[in-house]
Amino acid sequence: MTLYEWAETIIIFVVLLAAVKPFGTYMAKVYQGERTFLSPVLLPCEHLLYRLCGVNGEEEMDWKRYAVGLLLFNLLGGAALFAILLLQGVLPLNPQRLPAFSWHLALNTAVSFMTNTNWQNYSGESAASYFTQMFGFAVHNFVSAATGMTVAIALIRGFVRRRTAAVGNFWVDLTRSTLYILLPLSLVFAIFLVSQGVIQNFSAYKTVPLVQETSYDKPKLDDKGNPVKDAKGNPVTEHVKVKEATIPMGPVASQEAIKELGTNGGGFFNANSSHPFENPTPLSNMAEIFLILLISGALTQTFGRMAGNSRQGWALLAVMLAILVFSMGVLYWAETGGNPLVAKLGVHGINMEGKETRFGLAGSSLFTVSTTGTSCGAVNTMHDSLTPLGGMMPLSLILLSEVVFGGVGTGLYTMLAFVVIAVFVAGLMIGRTPEFLGKKIEVREMWMSIVTVLASGILVLIFSGIAMIVPSAVASMNNPGAHGLTEVLYAFASMSNNNGSAFAGLNGNTLFYNLTGAVCMFVGRFAPILASLAMAGSLAEKKYVPPSLGTLPTDKVPFALWLALVILIVGALTFFPALSLGPIVEQLMMAA
Amino acid sequence: MKDLKPAILLFIAFTVICGGIYPAVVAGIASVAFPKQAGGSFITDRSGREVGSALIGQPFSAPQYFWPRPSATADFAYNPTASGGSNLGPTNPDYLKTVAERVKALRDSGITGSVPAELVQASSSGLDPHISRETAAVQIPRVARARGMTDEELARLVAAHTEERQLGFLGERRVNVLALNLALDNIKQ
Repeated sequence: MTLYEWAETIIIFVVLLAAVKPFGTYMAKVYQGERTFLSPVLLPCEHLLYRLCGVNGEEEMDWKRYAVGLLLFNLLGGAALFAILLLQGVLPLNPQRLPAFSWHLALNTAVSFMTNTNWQNYSGESAASYFTQMFGFAVHNFVSAATGMTVAIALIRGFVRRRTAAVGNFWVDLTRSTLYILLPLSLVFAIFLVSQGVIQNFSAYKTVPLVQETSYDKPKLDDKGNPVKDAKGNPVTEHVKVKEATIPMGPVASQEAIKELGTNGGGFFNANSSHPFENPTPLSNMAEIFLILLISGALTQTFGRMAGNSRQGWALLAVMLAILVFSMGVLYWAETGGNPLVAKLGVHGINMEGKETRFGLAGSSLFTVSTTGTSCGAVNTMHDSLTPLGGMMPLSLILLSEVVFGGVGTGLYTMLAFVVIAVFVAGLMIGRTPEFLGKKIEVREMWMSIVTVLASGILVLIFSGIAMIVPSAVASMNNPGAHGLTEVLYAFASMSNNNGSAFAGLNGNTLFYNLTGAVCMFVGRFAPILASLAMAGSLAEKKYVPPSLGTLPTDKVPFALWLALVILIVGALTFFPALSLGPIVEQLMMAA
Repeated sequence: MKDLKPAILLFIAFTVICGGIYPAVVAGIASVAFPKQAGGSFITDRSGREVGSALIGQPFSAPQYFWPRPSATADFAYNPTASGGSNLGPTNPDYLKTVAERVKALRDSGITGSVPAELVQASSSGLDPHISRETAAVQIPRVARARGMTDEELARLVAAHTEERQLGFLGERRVNVLALNLALDNIKQ
């Protein structure tokens, strides 16, 4: 790494670490209903919303009612988005007159945004109207993120509260997440992104003359839109001159800010955060990385504060940070080596396929590990074109169940499930009582943690396996051999873990991938949510056991190391065979 | 089902707030504070006509222009309505053939020695407006020949169009290809 790249890498982490404590404390205050500096403005809005919507803000819910509210809200929202996508052609704010989505693409997309996945089987600039982007996608970017945060907060309450069935009020947690946390930050950062060049307007796409004309061979189509072929079966083409270019417009900045902050990741444009209108400068790139990591990082501190043990919060953050920095190192190193097969052709330099010049390798690598360690899934680099070992890093981070910071809320509750497993296994091994924060870990907690941790892994392996024997699914691959397997594995990993990034060569807009993907995203989202809420309910009812000599300290270095090891072992045991057939084989072939 | 009412009403409320008010407020503030950027950072030629965005690359293949990076956008290179990368894997035989063809085309244009990777490997967006200083430098002799300029004149022009690292350390030093080529056309007359 150059000196500049060291500086860039170190500074982003220093800024992040400086921000997590005050911001995590702020979030704890918000959820506990304490006054914050935004209360004078937002408290009246909050109360007005409750009055208008028939919410009793004082009421507490048990975990079942909390879960029912959450499911109702999300399913309603998903249905609304599904309807918007099917009606896009007749809705307003559509200057390009884009038509409706097909039913299965609409289903996949609605589930995708509802579950905070933002897997995209469509290209934003050629398929989604401004109405869809704003009233469809952006709304879900907010509320799906807020949903994840409510679950994390309910689980924290489960650990903290004693002898009660109450885990909070879903409507209150949801409203506060959106009003006090997501909206103000999005507003500030959206304006900052515009200052860097991210567009924000409602104009029709703009056509400009090209400085130098260009041309291409366009395949001829018959009346029905099928390609015309000559006597030998070769496609007939016509030479087309291109004298002007049409540049897409739209309300991008408002979308971009929440897309990163809420770890959603769905790009306004097909090229996502590598598009110069989404991410125009190295500084906008840093800001977006910061937003991706901010809430998930700070929630560890919210947890520490609410649990009355800030060391515990730091311990979780340290484990996340260690795995992230390690992956960043491997990815950077793999890409610096360049592509030896390309080097043979008389070319020098790092692997630049699928990377933008302005970010530099450090900016590209940092973004790539941040977006996959969290469940964001925005990309500023095409993961499909990374070197095999480099591409294995984002894939592995997703396969580790999204705990390396993880999605907003999801990262924390999945990490707490790993903590429960780690405490339980350690307890068995060294003969101590499995307990965490004064709560006994028993069979029910173990079951719920295992569901949270393994649901996505089971989905990935089953559906990747099915895809390998369905001919149409295999035909969607963009690259042959081991790399094609990695594309499919990545797709199901990304959808089941609600990440949303892709080895984007795979053509996902087919009936098979749209439907299987919707199943993976739905189950991968709501199975862990229900398990976490059930665990919150059972923990809240337990009595507090004060620490004794038999208690395993969970806020010290040995336990942090043990926790990291458990995460890596669970990941490796589940996925090593699949990874060996994909990226590892390809790396060996490339080097040979 | 006493929670059905808040579910419906809160979703409607958030749709209005997050889907309507929030983007409108951002657009309102942006149009006052940063009107040029919010509108797409468009640039004009010397007659004042808008010829593109400073942020969106354009295709150049004539010898008298600096060439941008390869672009994998659909239909034609640098098609702004079809942003995206090639998504080709590093060992794909078709990909390696494409790169070999690009290297050959550069050799035919007079470039000798080792070729910078970014000049034969497509960008992520397919609209990358920049090339590195090195990628500009290897093209100077060709542009100089085509325009009857000296290498030194062009080197000065490239230096003048180099964007430094942001804040002194972020990202890479880079040259905006469209801006550079517009400047070249301005000199000619």
